[in-house]
Amino acid sequence: MDTTEALDMPIPDQLEETVISGKKDIDLTTVGDYTTENPRMKIRDVNVFYGAKQAVFDVNLDIGSNSVVSMIGPSGCGKTTLLRCLNRMNDTIDGCRVEGRVEMDGKNVYARKVDPVLLRARVGMVFQKPNPFPKSIFDNVAYGPRIHGLVRDRTDLEEIVHTSLERAGLLDEVKDRLDQPGTGLSGGQQQRLCIARAIAVSPEVILMDEPCSALDPIATARIEELIGELRKNFSIAIVTHSMQQAARVSQRTAYFHLGYLVEVGPTKDIFTMPKHQLTEEYITGRFG
Amino acid sequence: MSRAEQIVSGLARRQRAEKRFRAYGITAILLGMSFLVLLFTSIIANGYQAFTQTYIELPIYFDPEVIDPNGDRDPQALFSADYWKLVKTSMYQQFPQVSGRSGRREVTRIMSGGSAFDLRERVIENPDLIGTTQRVWLVADDDIDMLMKGYIDREVPEDERRLNDRMIGYVDTLDEAGIVERKFNTTFFTAGDSREPEQAGILGALMGSFLTLIVTLLLSFPIGVAAAIYLEEFAPRNRFIDLIEININNLAAVPSIIFGLLGLAIFINWFGMPRSTPVVGGLVLTLMTLPTIIIASRVSIQAVPPSIKEAALGVGASRMQAMFHHVLPIAMPGMLTGTIIGMAQALGESAPLLMIGMVAFIVEPPSGFTDPATALPVQIYLWSDSPERGFTERTSAAILVLLAFLVTMNATAVYLRKKIAKRF
Amino acid sequence: MSPLFLIFILLALSSAAYFFSQRRMLRQTRDANITRLNSLPEHFGMLGAIWAGAPALLVYFLWLIFEGDILMGQVLAILPDAESMAATRELLIGDIRNAINNPISYQMASEEVRMAADRYRELSQTASIALAAACLSVFAICSALVLKFLTPRVRARIQIEKFVRGFLLLCSTLAIFTTIGIVLSVLFEASRFFQTVPITEFLFGLDWSPQMAIREDQVGSSGAFGAVPLFVGTLLISFVAMLVAAPIGLMSAIYLSEYAPSKVRTAAKPLLEILAGVPTVVYGFFAAIVVSPALRGFGATIGLDVASESALAAGLVMGIMIIPFVSSLSDDVIAAVPQAMRDGSLGMGATHSETMRRVILPAALPGIIGGLLLAISRAIGETMIVVMAAGLSANLTANPLEAVTTVTVQIVTLLVGDQEFDSPKTLAAFALGLTLFFVTLVLNFIALYVVRKYREQYE
Repeated sequence: MDTTEALDMPIPDQLEETVISGKKDIDLTTVGDYTTENPRMKIRDVNVFYGAKQAVFDVNLDIGSNSVVSMIGPSGCGKTTLLRCLNRMNDTIDGCRVEGRVEMDGKNVYARKVDPVLLRARVGMVFQKPNPFPKSIFDNVAYGPRIHGLVRDRTDLEEIVHTSLERAGLLDEVKDRLDQPGTGLSGGQQQRLCIARAIAVSPEVILMDEPCSALDPIATARIEELIGELRKNFSIAIVTHSMQQAARVSQRTAYFHLGYLVEVGPTKDIFTMPKHQLTEEYITGRFG
Repeated sequence: MSRAEQIVSGLARRQRAEKRFRAYGITAILLGMSFLVLLFTSIIANGYQAFTQTYIELPIYFDPEVIDPNGDRDPQALFSADYWKLVKTSMYQQFPQVSGRSGRREVTRIMSGGSAFDLRERVIENPDLIGTTQRVWLVADDDIDMLMKGYIDREVPEDERRLNDRMIGYVDTLDEAGIVERKFNTTFFTAGDSREPEQAGILGALMGSFLTLIVTLLLSFPIGVAAAIYLEEFAPRNRFIDLIEININNLAAVPSIIFGLLGLAIFINWFGMPRSTPVVGGLVLTLMTLPTIIIASRVSIQAVPPSIKEAALGVGASRMQAMFHHVLPIAMPGMLTGTIIGMAQALGESAPLLMIGMVAFIVEPPSGFTDPATALPVQIYLWSDSPERGFTERTSAAILVLLAFLVTMNATAVYLRKKIAKRF
Repeated sequence: MSPLFLIFILLALSSAAYFFSQRRMLRQTRDANITRLNSLPEHFGMLGAIWAGAPALLVYFLWLIFEGDILMGQVLAILPDAESMAATRELLIGDIRNAINNPISYQMASEEVRMAADRYRELSQTASIALAAACLSVFAICSALVLKFLTPRVRARIQIEKFVRGFLLLCSTLAIFTTIGIVLSVLFEASRFFQTVPITEFLFGLDWSPQMAIREDQVGSSGAFGAVPLFVGTLLISFVAMLVAAPIGLMSAIYLSEYAPSKVRTAAKPLLEILAGVPTVVYGFFAAIVVSPALRGFGATIGLDVASESALAAGLVMGIMIIPFVSSLSDDVIAAVPQAMRDGSLGMGATHSETMRRVILPAALPGIIGGLLLAISRAIGETMIVVMAAGLSANLTANPLEAVTTVTVQIVTLLVGDQEFDSPKTLAAFALGLTLFFVTLVLNFIALYVVRKYREQYE
């Protein structure tokens, strides 16, 4: 289990620089096939800037239907930034600019007329730290259906809440205390509550940004199990620090380095026979 | 209907709600801004003309018979002579056709009573003037000033305005002769209070505010900093210290008038300190601004990196030495910022000063901490009560002066704060 | 010798003691061949100065504080009919004080008062000579003690630090003394008021007309002290003020923190803060000169009779004053809600306003309520705006177009001008002050408590 504090620590600047200076002549073009059969979303030539600083360079990647793609790499490699491009959560950051195309159903989600509200309803997100609203468990899950006007009456709503909690594997633990505040749950339960909240609006894609990094090993195992279940109905992209987690939950893995997508391919290939030198160094623990 | 379609069907309504909400926000900001603009424009519009004043150039014969009948240039005699008579004589000469008591009184009403003091000053300064005739610019009465500034409407029926047609005629005659002019109003900055608008100035109030603030600064800065040092560095964590902290936070929110009641009951009635004086005002304002200074000083001590204190302790300094030699110099700009802001508050404060009697009508500017005085905001309050248009104008002008001081103080504080921000 | 001169002498002597002690210590060390002092020479210097000078200064300040009372006691004792004048003892003291301080009052004062004032001046001259003698001899005695006891073995630094620490502690306890001072002063005078006017009448009476006969032979009403009209007036104006300040302040905080581009924010925030820095007397003038006539004129055009000192005008302007207060407090509170809450809601596809209304505001509600309570307490205690723009007559009405008066207006009216400390009219001001202090204290307590609890939740 790689949920230790140390892995969450950002790499100190010096280390990052030595990495850069040591690998100056290394080719950073993507190795492996970034496409997949039956893609749900396509990332094409995406560059992301924070002000003058570029965080993501020319990335191409497909998010496959009903499968899990994991994005791994050392801290500051741009994987979270890229993930947040998929549902335009980067819009909320001042000075963040995205170039390139992110396609869903063949349409660029960054097109002018696309409403991020609708996009985010179709592409849900689960965050690094569990962030239940300071409301009751019921209201947390009911939040999405309510704002999007997905229900006619209380019965509808109750049904959605129950199914979502059940799919998130939380129903049995909380069904007697749905009116209790969601913030009173344990960390793992909170994160499953957030997953329930995300799936309550039946998104097509779920983005997970290091969903287990704040959780203990047992809670992490439950979430990983849950991801396996969710794959049947949703397309999932997960950013993780833990290579073991990537190996356990995902079918495809993308390795990022300093904003570049260095290697992508079926998970088992990446971990057993990485093609790129950087990937190999990373998974053998030379850095990161 | 699919989920996506359901969502799309509600989108338009939700985006409208979003726009509405944003519009509320913009409206709120714009309202706040427009209040600000309205406040300032109305005060500037009311007050800018007070910085000029109408003067009339009169040939004055410094008649020895009137000023110095004994011919010995005795300062006492020069001081108490009837200079107003000189002004009157000159005015009668301007309008030889006017006769009769009431007519002549109207003619002299054009000039301010203060012009006599002006002449007296000139004579005392230069007794050689006696016996000569000089053309002197003298201050006109406030009604004439208002007429020249356009505040007295000539269209209004005669019995509803402060000047009758005859007097307006006299002024027009003088104006046509080119001896009526608007000049910079020095009186406003060099005189104390007066019952006559054209003779009233803010010097007395400024001096009062200055002396009061000196007392406040001398007391509140050291005490505030000392309290902050103790609470941040030396205070044990116990009930008593909690009590102090609760008290400080509460005092920061106690209405200022309550501090005035305290000053009245304790300083004046109990200690028998003199009423209406800067020293009592300073004490009251000290108690009022202390919480501000203590809180700001504590924040700036907290902002000093602990490593600095540890380094000092590491080379064997006592806690006291580490504090005074190392932490305090770094925290000082922040403390000064807090103090300046506290002083700005104190400068604008008037309610507690009303309680301790700093609302008296005081002509002479105070020269010491125990002289009766008013303060600038209180002077504004006093003038705002006066019905004359001339006072309304001066009230606004006094406000502009007060605001200029406050802006300077706050700008200094902002500048200091920026400087600190750069260093860390 | 004038007291001011004396203090300079004492300070000069103390600094002499500083240099003397420092020198002496260095010499003694050399003579005794001590290689290392336990403290810096300056510490010994300071200790010498404090030992020698502090007692004398203490004597000096104690005398200054009690001089007035002691001398006045003496003066009153020699007045032939002080006994018979006991009823107006305070008045008499006031007259004597005026006669002493003010030549014009002296000219106008009665024979006895003049005599007393002369006697006071004589006494105070003798006293200042005696004080000088006392202070100097105390200084001399203490200096002798310094000579005897200040040796290199004294742990000077520790003593000095104890002394400084004591001073620091004293400064921080001043807050407590201030509160005690406030409570005692208003409580004492208010209790005297409640001896003449029952507290129930004050709190529940509906009629307020404090004008009463000052002398017994005067004809006039006996005065009525039912404060309910004042309470209602205060609440009415505060209510109007909050109607203006709460929505505008809150919405501008929301807009600035959640919507505005950073350029707009950095420009608009300090501009709004200017409203908070404008002295209240300026708002009062603005209300009286601009807002009241405008409202009256506007009322006339639509056929409404608006009083020239309407509660609406005062409340409106007070509201403007409080806007930045509400907005900066709400801004803090809204900023304290973690970014994760916003991300969570936006990530679900909520719009900004939905996020704000359904997640952030409910989460921030306790803090916002705390801020509003502080704002209300501020509105209740605000003085100058209402003194200049609200009325004086105590109407019991809830109509904001009429003139009402407030607690603070009455305090000012009752206390400005001639005061007399045994008339219920003057004492009533302290009773009102007590009420005001109590109410704002309770509001502040609740508000600070709520805000602190709220902060802890997200720390």
